[in-house]
Amino acid sequence: MLLYILKRVLSAISVVIVTLVASFALFFFAPTDPAGVICGPRCTPERVADIEASLGLDQPKVEQIALYMKGIVVGREYSTGGVVRHCDAPCLGYSYTLGQPVTKLIGAALPVTVSIVLGGAVVYLIVGILSGTIAAQVRGTSLDRFVVGTTLVVQAIPYFVFALLIALYATFLPDSGYHPFLDNPLTWASGLLAAWLTIGVTNAASYTRYSRASMIEALGQDFVRTATSKGISRRRVVYRHGLRAGLTPVVTIFGIDLAFQLTGAIFTESIFNLPGLGLLTLRAFGQYDLPVLMGGVLIGSAVLVVMNLVVDIVYTFLDPRVRLG
Amino acid sequence: MTAATTPAKSGVRSVPGAPLLELQNVKMHFKAKGEGFLARKTQWVQAVDGVDLTVQPGETIGLVGESGCGKSTTARLITRLLEPTAGEIRYQGVDIAHMSERKLRPYRREIQLIFQDPYSSLNPRHTVGTIVGTALRTHGMVPKSGELSRVQELLEVVGLNPEHYNRYPHEFSGGQRQRIGIARALAARPKIIVADEPVSALDVSIQAQVMNLLENLRKELGIAFVFIAHDLGVVRHFCDRVAVMYLGRVVEEGPRDALYLKPQHPYTQALLSAVPDIGVVRGVPPKNRIRLVGDVPSPVDPPSGCRFRTRCWKAQDICATDDPALIERAPAQRVACHFAEPPAESILAETA
Amino acid sequence: MSDQTTGVPQTVSRVPRAAATGEEAYLEVTDLQVQFPTADGLVRAVQGLSYSVPLRRTLAIVGESGSGKSVSSMAVLGLHDRRVARITGSIKVGGREVVNMSDKDLEGFRGGDAAMIFQDPQSSLHPYFTVGNQIIESYRAHNNVSKRVAKARAIDMLGRVGIPNPSRRVDQYPHEFSGGMRQRAMIAMALVNDPKLLIADEPTTALDVTVQAQILDLIADLQRDFGSAVVFITHDLGVVAEIADDILVMYAGTAVEHGPVNKILGEPLHPYAWGLLESIPALTGEPQPLHPIPGSPPSLLAVPSGCPFHPRCEFKDRVPDDWCTTLRPDLIPRTADLGRTSRCHLKDPDKVFETEVLPRLP
Repeated sequence: MLLYILKRVLSAISVVIVTLVASFALFFFAPTDPAGVICGPRCTPERVADIEASLGLDQPKVEQIALYMKGIVVGREYSTGGVVRHCDAPCLGYSYTLGQPVTKLIGAALPVTVSIVLGGAVVYLIVGILSGTIAAQVRGTSLDRFVVGTTLVVQAIPYFVFALLIALYATFLPDSGYHPFLDNPLTWASGLLAAWLTIGVTNAASYTRYSRASMIEALGQDFVRTATSKGISRRRVVYRHGLRAGLTPVVTIFGIDLAFQLTGAIFTESIFNLPGLGLLTLRAFGQYDLPVLMGGVLIGSAVLVVMNLVVDIVYTFLDPRVRLG
Repeated sequence: MTAATTPAKSGVRSVPGAPLLELQNVKMHFKAKGEGFLARKTQWVQAVDGVDLTVQPGETIGLVGESGCGKSTTARLITRLLEPTAGEIRYQGVDIAHMSERKLRPYRREIQLIFQDPYSSLNPRHTVGTIVGTALRTHGMVPKSGELSRVQELLEVVGLNPEHYNRYPHEFSGGQRQRIGIARALAARPKIIVADEPVSALDVSIQAQVMNLLENLRKELGIAFVFIAHDLGVVRHFCDRVAVMYLGRVVEEGPRDALYLKPQHPYTQALLSAVPDIGVVRGVPPKNRIRLVGDVPSPVDPPSGCRFRTRCWKAQDICATDDPALIERAPAQRVACHFAEPPAESILAETA
Repeated sequence: MSDQTTGVPQTVSRVPRAAATGEEAYLEVTDLQVQFPTADGLVRAVQGLSYSVPLRRTLAIVGESGSGKSVSSMAVLGLHDRRVARITGSIKVGGREVVNMSDKDLEGFRGGDAAMIFQDPQSSLHPYFTVGNQIIESYRAHNNVSKRVAKARAIDMLGRVGIPNPSRRVDQYPHEFSGGMRQRAMIAMALVNDPKLLIADEPTTALDVTVQAQILDLIADLQRDFGSAVVFITHDLGVVAEIADDILVMYAGTAVEHGPVNKILGEPLHPYAWGLLESIPALTGEPQPLHPIPGSPPSLLAVPSGCPFHPRCEFKDRVPDDWCTTLRPDLIPRTADLGRTSRCHLKDPDKVFETEVLPRLP
């Protein structure tokens, strides 16, 4: 198991490196002019050259990649106008526009996004799996049709429209904003409530449908019939025998969903004004802030491969037939 | 390949005097992942491990054995859906074991396969006419204009209503679907049909209908059959010769009556004696049964020497060290056992 | 994967089965109807089925797919979803009525007084729980004992059904068992509460023939020890001949023939039973052409009028006045032998069998 995890972590790292190099190439070969952006519209060519030199942009591209990689591992030094700034490992460079280390920017944004996404996940997992399981049990009845109908309606509403509706009409909710959990868990939760609700409700619809389909299949399995024939209660049959099997496919979907939400909670963050990763990268995108964008890509690919690994490991606990190796 | 091969118009070459089909020491080993986290060694599933088999034109040979004995893998090797790990598969004397897909094409026409499951082996989105017609077209059997009439003719041959050519597989019952599969195989005018458990999925009364159909086709069209089944009664009914397989090998092979009345391999004897016999109620004395203990060992790590020795009551030290060869013990009856002998008393109760 | 047991195979000769003792029925099914309303119409899966089984006897229910043999047996354990199935008639097990039994009572009844073994041990055991865990659950559902006691009981049962090394096997998952061992584990689970009624639904169909022989021996042995009533569902007449005392032949949701095994298989009186016997190739003698029943079983959405077998019956012309197409025959004794019943209008079926059918049996 440990050997397997080690192997997977190594392959995960190589995936991240490949992604990095590829996106580095894509961004840095693009016809953009970061030095011009930093310097502003009334800039002399000398000044631009100066900035480019300080950012290392005058170096050959391959060397730039090597420097960037080196920065991640051991740190890196930048000199601007005679002042040498040390950027500790893992160094992802300095933001062109904010003048701060990218690591620090991401470090500030990541807890926000993680709070939003995990909190939302708790909501949609509980609501989705519960209502899906109940609908599966009463399959074909009017309650089932009501549940399925509701999910259809919710799914038909675009996610950002739903977020806007909550922002506009759910005024009884506490004001949203991010307050670190460690400062005060209560204000942390109340500031994120609206975002959780948005992510929770919109995703609960699809999770209801996944769990319903998965549970219908599980409850139709021979081993559920066997469990019933043993004389154990219906509740135990459904929640011990059925749900255990029915949850497995949902776990896979959840792992991938979570990874995407962590990198793409842009709408929620901007509508509820939460300074998370999505906002950070969106802003960087508009301003050709390449180091920040690269940082976003790095985090995104890392989250994706880590979630895949986590799903595979969780699988071995759910299904004893799956043996990693 | 020898110079004696004569290319025929169809693209199928043949060596004069060679049997229709000949398998020589054919092996098929599949790669399997090692068990456990530290055992990184690749393991091989020895699904088929040294099978010899000869089929003459028009002959029917039965392959019997329990699950995991390699009979279905053998079927897929003969039809070259699989490429063997080792050994030769000669069709009319020409080795097709590693032939390229392009060269193989004319041979594919002459060697057809019927599947066990009539539900999953027919494309649900194609009409019966398309299914059978595609087989005709693939092998260029008839001009386009004659296609429909040939399809209808084939449907009639297998006992289906020729007017139903535009229906879909789901509109037919299980037995009828198996007939469609047979019609598709016949479309290519094969010389040999490999039937992999063709009646196992069918109800008893339907099974007999399909068996009779296959029997008639064999008699009228002279097609050779490799008939694979686990039901010993069905195999006996249909086949001239029978080969018994155990863990990837043929352990006994011979003419039908010799094999059923005087089986010499302990496994054949145990297999025959395990068949529940309806004769018991018709006044036939209950037979003495040989009960095998345990299950078939894993083909990943088969026993050394004779593969049956772990379940065999005759096993001695020699069985663990020496792998018995398949040698002739009685006229045309070959047995792979150090202690082969006919049973003391008949295993199958004789009907009075 | 499995223990590679080296062992000396036994030579077994089955003891002739006990004669009917005229004991009181433990399972009594009377005029059972099971229907499933569907979008395409009403599926009449079981229509007016009646039979009884005393303790220590084995009834084999034989039929093809769609004959209602499994559906009727699942009804005995109350396993049908009541929102989907309409069940009328009476099923009495040990004097207790199962039809319309409350959910609470059903829980105590299932797995306690009556247990079931299913066809495919691979899919019938939960893949995520250990074998021991599943047997323990079954035992604790009916006995107020600690996990430790229940586990000891599970190990005991596994040993009893012939699983080698039960104290190690008890903690393994079903996928670590071979097919035959899995079915043994299923049997251990079914018998853990000493049920008086055991329903075995095609328990050997998914198994190889040498393993099937082992399992049939096991079921027969256990029945002798436990003294339970056994309902054995199968399509294999050879298996019936080996294991059953009585046989009930089902066709299109009804019983067409019922009686002691040696009589029904030795001298059947219903054309459907004749057709079945003529469809099975023999293991001895010169192979004869098979004489299969023409056509296929009817859809349960539209069961033919009169005798449901008439569209496939070659003897219907011998019955006067279109009886076969209009009048449903009763399940009654048709010959001087009152110990057996069949559902057919044909006159003197025993003579027809002897003169016409017997000679062409394979």
